[in-house]
Amino acid sequence: MSREHYLQPDSSLAGAGFLDSERFASAGTSCLPDRRSFLRCALCAGAAGTISTMAHPLDAMSLSPAAQNQDDSQFTVEARFYQKLPNRRIKCKLCPRECSVGDRERGYCGVRENRGGTYYTLVHSRVCAAHIDPIEKKPFFHYLPGTLALSLATAGCNVNCKFCQNWDISQVRPEQVPADYAPPQRVAQLATQYSCPTIAYTYSEPVIFIEYLMDTADAGHAAGIRSIVVSNGYIQDEALRAAYGKMDAVKIDLKSFSESYYRQVVCGQLKPVLDSIVTLHKTGKWLEIVYLVVPTLNDGDAEFRGLAQWVRNNVGADVPLHFSQFHPEYLLKNLPITPVPTLERAKQIADAEGLHYVYIGNVPGHPAESTYCPKCGHILVQRMGLEVTQMLIRKGTCPYCGQLIPGVWHV
Amino acid sequence: MRQEPITGRRRFLKNCLASAVAVAAGDGISHSAAGAQNLPLIRSRVVIAQDPQLRGSDSTVDSQRMLSLLDRTMETLLRVSRPDEAWKKIVRPGQMVGLKVNALGGRGFSGSPRLAEAICERLQQAGIRAADIVIWDRDTDELERAGFHVCIAGNRVQCFGTDRMGYEDDLATWGSVGSRLSKILTQRCDVLINVPVLKDHDGAGVTIALKNMYGTIHNPNKYHPNGCDPYIADVNMLPEIRSRMRLSICDATTACYEGGPAYKPQYSWQPNALLASQDPVALDTTGWQMIERKRAEEGLKALEAEERAPRYLATAADPQHRLGINDPQRIERVETDLA
Ligand code: SF4
Repeated sequence: MSREHYLQPDSSLAGAGFLDSERFASAGTSCLPDRRSFLRCALCAGAAGTISTMAHPLDAMSLSPAAQNQDDSQFTVEARFYQKLPNRRIKCKLCPRECSVGDRERGYCGVRENRGGTYYTLVHSRVCAAHIDPIEKKPFFHYLPGTLALSLATAGCNVNCKFCQNWDISQVRPEQVPADYAPPQRVAQLATQYSCPTIAYTYSEPVIFIEYLMDTADAGHAAGIRSIVVSNGYIQDEALRAAYGKMDAVKIDLKSFSESYYRQVVCGQLKPVLDSIVTLHKTGKWLEIVYLVVPTLNDGDAEFRGLAQWVRNNVGADVPLHFSQFHPEYLLKNLPITPVPTLERAKQIADAEGLHYVYIGNVPGHPAESTYCPKCGHILVQRMGLEVTQMLIRKGTCPYCGQLIPGVWHV
Repeated sequence: MRQEPITGRRRFLKNCLASAVAVAAGDGISHSAAGAQNLPLIRSRVVIAQDPQLRGSDSTVDSQRMLSLLDRTMETLLRVSRPDEAWKKIVRPGQMVGLKVNALGGRGFSGSPRLAEAICERLQQAGIRAADIVIWDRDTDELERAGFHVCIAGNRVQCFGTDRMGYEDDLATWGSVGSRLSKILTQRCDVLINVPVLKDHDGAGVTIALKNMYGTIHNPNKYHPNGCDPYIADVNMLPEIRSRMRLSICDATTACYEGGPAYKPQYSWQPNALLASQDPVALDTTGWQMIERKRAEEGLKALEAEERAPRYLATAADPQHRLGINDPQRIERVETDLA
């Protein structure tokens, strides 16, 4: 699950005129609605809806009972990656957990259910969080900087990170969180309507809503909208190739470089995640890696060094690596915020191992939020928090020395 | 994976006090002459009460006989001669009482609504107002499908699922577990009576009293790896559950020895029995023995041989949990037959 929070910091904006056209059109992070209101308003606006229709949240709210009356069957679609077993059992082949699920039961992620020997996803088009975010929030730093991503999630996750900041959507069953019906074509239409070049699957864990992700990516591509995913990479190879093969860029949360941490803090395994990263790199997808630095648990020099060496040797020095600051959440409220010097130490070690693009995340205003030319050292993309304040890369190169800067820089 | 409980000092003290009170109040724990036989002093009593004539001619459970079976169970468990005396040891007038049933198996294999009705009748005779009793599980529709009469208002016994009240926003944590608890538990129950069924379980080995508490939390799907161990024990350690739990009455009118937890008629049998104890670990241990005996009769391997013996019982009984006793030698098993 993501470190990207699905709720906007200023929730008081919700239902208080936050959808007036100018503020919404400007689409900075501070003017966005809360997840439910945004989606409801957006969906209720309908094909003929205009931004001014959406300027009246109460009008939209009056339509809300329709959304709440939606039948569960709307969201229930046969799952794509599973095996039928005798006695109406199934084995899920979507993630490495390979849940063996009896009739009328659900897998670990809580969003897939065996009904009479057929496995179903319960979250197709069942969106519980939706926002228009700067793409830097994912974070993607080398993919269309300064653009907006229509970002969405369903409930559920296939791991249980003790630090999850979105646990109230990732660690719940779909029926426990308000959601709205957002079929793929509607999502693509909204992205076009709000000038988002990308749809981002994020906040919870897109692996568990893979069927929806695949269908929405197809709908988006048909409308000229790209798809990007923020994922834990804990997925089986066949599903990875089939689903993330449809993505235009992938960000993987590599939560640690130790199996024991994955077992104890994440409730997963490291090896399949590393395998996913290598596969994605080989398929030529734009890839970025985020490492959340949790004080005392995964912040040792040896671990930083091992990680940096692995990245360099397996996917290359040009893959951006973000060291993000941890904030106490969920089951790890007893730990402090990651000290900035720890993040700087991690960056120094990764830089020394020869990685070209090492960033520090969640520390607004830190110089390591910006992109520098690895050859001449000039600043190329200047960032302040989630905002791009200067973008100097031209045709994928440094304007000072002509060095090729890997990434997808322009729509 | 284990994580130390994330509790402050005040909460820790509160938990200790709650546990101490629970142990002191445990009428089911007898201080017998076992010490003389080199056995530990504390034993837990489990009653197995059977009635071969429990079902009428149409094979449905007879209400009157169920009431008699319940009375016999409670009198034997609490060593009294009248049912009202027994129930007064469990509840006090003015309390709100929750019956956590298990409605997952549908009409074929959920707790018998007749048992819940019988308990409600005796609770009212012990001075509990009808409207202060709630029969509950996770989902209202599941309760209805299992044959319970849903009631959400008025002065009658209430019956509905957590879907109607939701879960607390804050996490309750203990050991490996962090969960949101049903508001029915936290806001509608001073006292919890656990009314599980007796079933085989593909992961945990068996599902009886302790695992029935998975129905009180929002994320049970997260706690099935590793044979549900240590998760089952940790869920039962949540202070909000432990401090309310007074009694477990397992509905073994129909039970399942293989293929659980889903209802498979070909693997079910009808013991026509109730199992009761104030020690849920002892009750589960006894229920496990019943299932093993039936499996042996049917020529099936023991759960141990299938590598799914209920390991969670040892964890529940260990010094970190002390939820009860899993050593059969320290369980006083009392069998009684209405016939
Ligand atoms: S996707 Fe869900 S059901 Fe499938 S193996 Fe993973 S956790 Fe289990």
